Amino acid sequence: MSKPQQNFRTPLGKVRGLGSAKHGAGHFITQRVSAVALIFLVPWFLISLIGAVRGGYDGALAWVADPINAVLILLAVGASLYHMRLGMQVVVEDYIAKHSTKAVLLMLNTFVCIVLFAATAYAVLKIAIA
Amino acid sequence: MSSWTDKRPMSPHTTIWKWHLTMASSILHRVTGVGNYIGIFLVVAWLFATAVGPDYYEPLSGLIGSIWGQLILFGFTLSVSYHAINGVRHLFMDAGMALNPKTGSFLSGLVLVLAVAMAVAVWLLSGLVPGVDPLNMTGAV
Repeated sequence: MSKPQQNFRTPLGKVRGLGSAKHGAGHFITQRVSAVALIFLVPWFLISLIGAVRGGYDGALAWVADPINAVLILLAVGASLYHMRLGMQVVVEDYIAKHSTKAVLLMLNTFVCIVLFAATAYAVLKIAIA
Repeated sequence: MSSWTDKRPMSPHTTIWKWHLTMASSILHRVTGVGNYIGIFLVVAWLFATAVGPDYYEPLSGLIGSIWGQLILFGFTLSVSYHAINGVRHLFMDAGMALNPKTGSFLSGLVLVLAVAMAVAVWLLSGLVPGVDPLNMTGAV
């Protein structure tokens, strides 16, 4: 038998520089770690939020102002945004073949998630610390 | 894709592929994932409006309370339920469990039923359905 091939990439593939970005395992693991966190955070958020909505505006304020709720809201929304950024990244990478479009959408995905987190952090901190 | 010139066979595409439960489940997981992505805008908007003041909170609350708002909210509940329950199935599959075709099909169907049941239960038990409030969540006497 001949010597096993060490590298399966074609010369053209190497020149184009495409292929694995070597971040696959990290992506896979963090996606699942955030998923495990969300198994606990999402049910709490759902039940707790429904209770908060009952009390109208004052009830909503009181809900966010509670220290434990404030921390859990940041964790729940933060983990969700982190998880959904990873998920949307895969969706874009799967369906968008054109490089420029893909790059723009991936960047947009990151921006959207960070903006949503900033808005959440502002809202929760403003209410909880004031 | 019009730019695709490679004549070699492509991997099976949804339009020419026989539908089966595990495939539907996989597609639904992705669809609901994107649905949740859109849905969280509502959650963040609600938190933000609460922080800014009643001038923003009340109109948003009214919008969510409308029939379209309620439909969207129920869709979001269903989407979160499905993605969460099917996500647990995915974690087991990642661990190498529940992978044979029969188990896969059975669990795909079960997840579908459980997701609908969970969304309906959340709405019925939390008093979100008008006139139905078994746990007296709305505080009405």
